Amino acid sequence: MQPANLLLLTLVLAVVAYGLGYARSRALAMPLGGIRHLKSLPFYYGARAALWCGIPALIVLALWAAFQGKVIQMLVIGSLPPEMIPADEGSASLLLSKISNVASGALPPGFVEAPIVEAAERLKALREQSRMLMTALVVSVAVLAGFLGWLRIRPRINAREQVESILKWLFFACAALAILTTLGIIFSVAFETFRFFEKISFVEFFFGTSWSPQTALRADQVAAEGAFGMIPLFTGTLLISAIAMLVAVPVGLLSAIYLSEYANKRVRSIVKPLLEMLAGIPTVVYGFFAALTVAPFISNLAASLGIEASSQSALAAGGVMGIMIIPFVSSLSDDVINAVPQSLRDGSLALGATQSETMKKVIFPAALPGIMGGILLAVSRAIGETMIVVMAAGLAANLTANPLETVTTVTVQIVTLLTGDQEFDSAKTLAAFALGAMLFLATLLLNVIALKIVRKYREQYD
Amino acid sequence: MTDQRSQAEIVRQSLKRRYRKERRFRAYGIAAIAVALAALVILFADIIGKGYAGFMKTTLTLDVQLDGEMMYLDDATDERQLKMADFVEPLVQALIREIPSATESDRDAVRDLINPYASVTLRDALKANPEWLNTTRTMTFLAHTDVDVYVKHAGDEAYSIKLSEQQREWVDQLQEKDVVETSFNDVFFQNGDSRDPSKAGILGAVVGSLLTMFVTLILSFPIGVAAAIYLEEFAPQNKLTDFIEVNINNLAAVPSIIFGLLGLAVFINLFGMPRSVPVVGGLVLTLMTLPTIIISSRAAIKSVPPSIREAAEGIGASKMQVVLHHVLPLAMPGMLTGSIIGMAQALGETAPLLLIGMVAFIVDVPDGFFDSATVLPVQVFLWAGSPELAFIERASAAIMVLLTFLISMNALAIWMRKRLERRW
Repeated sequence: MQPANLLLLTLVLAVVAYGLGYARSRALAMPLGGIRHLKSLPFYYGARAALWCGIPALIVLALWAAFQGKVIQMLVIGSLPPEMIPADEGSASLLLSKISNVASGALPPGFVEAPIVEAAERLKALREQSRMLMTALVVSVAVLAGFLGWLRIRPRINAREQVESILKWLFFACAALAILTTLGIIFSVAFETFRFFEKISFVEFFFGTSWSPQTALRADQVAAEGAFGMIPLFTGTLLISAIAMLVAVPVGLLSAIYLSEYANKRVRSIVKPLLEMLAGIPTVVYGFFAALTVAPFISNLAASLGIEASSQSALAAGGVMGIMIIPFVSSLSDDVINAVPQSLRDGSLALGATQSETMKKVIFPAALPGIMGGILLAVSRAIGETMIVVMAAGLAANLTANPLETVTTVTVQIVTLLTGDQEFDSAKTLAAFALGAMLFLATLLLNVIALKIVRKYREQYD
Repeated sequence: MTDQRSQAEIVRQSLKRRYRKERRFRAYGIAAIAVALAALVILFADIIGKGYAGFMKTTLTLDVQLDGEMMYLDDATDERQLKMADFVEPLVQALIREIPSATESDRDAVRDLINPYASVTLRDALKANPEWLNTTRTMTFLAHTDVDVYVKHAGDEAYSIKLSEQQREWVDQLQEKDVVETSFNDVFFQNGDSRDPSKAGILGAVVGSLLTMFVTLILSFPIGVAAAIYLEEFAPQNKLTDFIEVNINNLAAVPSIIFGLLGLAVFINLFGMPRSVPVVGGLVLTLMTLPTIIISSRAAIKSVPPSIREAAEGIGASKMQVVLHHVLPLAMPGMLTGSIIGMAQALGETAPLLLIGMVAFIVDVPDGFFDSATVLPVQVFLWAGSPELAFIERASAAIMVLLTFLISMNALAIWMRKRLERRW
């Protein structure tokens, strides 16, 4: 049975357990003289039976579904004749994809060696077995645990308390998922990053000025050794983010000031949602706009002025990214400006200052830390933005500060190195994870600082 | 006395300058808003301008002589014969008959006006109606992509370079005779991806998006709400709770591509799940949207006044009953609003899905959660990278569909906030 169907079946079983538990509690209460002699309402006895039935079965199902793929892969590899057992992970993953292609019928069996056809048959058989075993196990766990739960219904049991404490633990588990996610991110990037630094030295990665991750695929191939210096990626990312900030900060800040200090309610109610629409547009749409409209426009404009501009300029990607970030800057600044106490505003106006003087000399300095925090958050968003740069910024790792040239960014390289099939062991693939680790650390640092500034500032006036 | 007057004088004189500054400052604000709104308008105008033609297709309506001898076919019910028969020739002949200036020697140039898949359409039609053999039928076929873009962008040099001078003349003639016509592009909504732009559609990507969103919704909404309930109502004030909160706030700001790395390392490499399937996509997007949903759900729970809680507790409800029977229903509209916004974000997300392999070229419409699929934004990305103008057109049209979905989801969220949310 498919995991999705099995999930439904388990839920149905849990509902059945609920009904049976409910009925049994009533039946037990009858001879005592009605449900008022039960410790909890019949509903809670039913719910208790349903939880007993559902939770262990769901845990088994989740574990099985998560690990069956890996276990089957290991069994299939193990069953190959000894001379075919792959030496390293890279060739193992190649072999596995070959076997699964044969099994799914994408690759005709005539094209591959006999052991692989056998392995494919075995893969199919194992998948079938695993599915049946999973169904049997999950259903029997559900039925058995449900039956136990049903059997142990007594009028004296405080079912409500039990159900409530199980629920509380469930809620806690959901909240703790956030920790698990963070740990998952840290481990998944850290592990590969360590392996990357076994192959490439720290010094080369952090101080190297050339980036060309193409390594030789076969031993006899004549190819570049591959250079893994992240300086050009780093400067490219900074250049594009700086351009984005040059667009987003003035426009976002000034529109926030206008909307909070000058605009009347009607204008605000129209303009604000429109600005927020900019934030709701998917990044792939901005990327499309940058690559197919803005970049050609910039390169044509530069050509007509007699300047040379690349067809994938940093200016196009950065400018469009800036547009994307405008609502982010404006809504954060808006919050901060509104948090400045009215008394400061009134005091300044009472002294005869004009509105713009009040803004510039009183409110803005008071709001500055918060605005800086907002800008830092915006920078971290610009650094991590992917689709716009993937589509509009290009791949050439140039070390340049000229916004009309092509540069590449950390996120672009992650996507390029990891899309399509890849072996999981080459320095190329591992480099993507090392870049991911750098990106994660950089954004984390910016966010922590920004949140600290914003929070500290808020406390001053609250 | 004189001193004071001069001071007033100074102020009065400076007033003009200060008011000018005031007006200038105001103008800056208006200019900033104008820039942002202009960007929005240009963006939409650009996409609609590029994409409206994607909603139209160009067809050829031909009187096809299904001549058995010409097609090397004498029994239309015979599978083998159908496979071997020539279905291109009748189309070419029918088209040559419509073009007075074309002769037999132009047949290659004429053939290039017909879509390569038109012969398949003809074969399928004949297979379904074997009695049509040796009759003449009026049927409608897709035109070649080059003809399609030429017809839709008449007069634009960039779109006509692929046709020769002579072919362009023929197409113009055929248009006058209503053989070549444009109509609503139903193919775009009925097909998966294709190498041929005029056969390419978004159905596969839309279904893939729906499957992925379904997985995301059924996981992220319950988990997010449960986490929010725990943090707002049950969590003790301790280090662990603080740590969870710090984690959630940071995850909300982690770049989406990092979640793609997580999905690749954990779901695909550690658990051995298949690549490019909606389940893995849904799991990754769940982890990505959870912080958004948790944060908005917490805000919704916070806005329920304590008096409700106290009243329920006062008549003997347990803490869990207070939460599930009273707080949760009252906070539900706010939670739903936040979740819709989170789902809209997930629907437009592309980067993490690239890393888990949802960028494959997939022709078939996926029919399950474990079937290879792509999603709408990734489809846009794939088409946008194509050098063919016809694919750019399709990409813009797909963006329009995507934006329609997103705008209606956000409109629903705004409507719900206005209608259902109660102010206390």
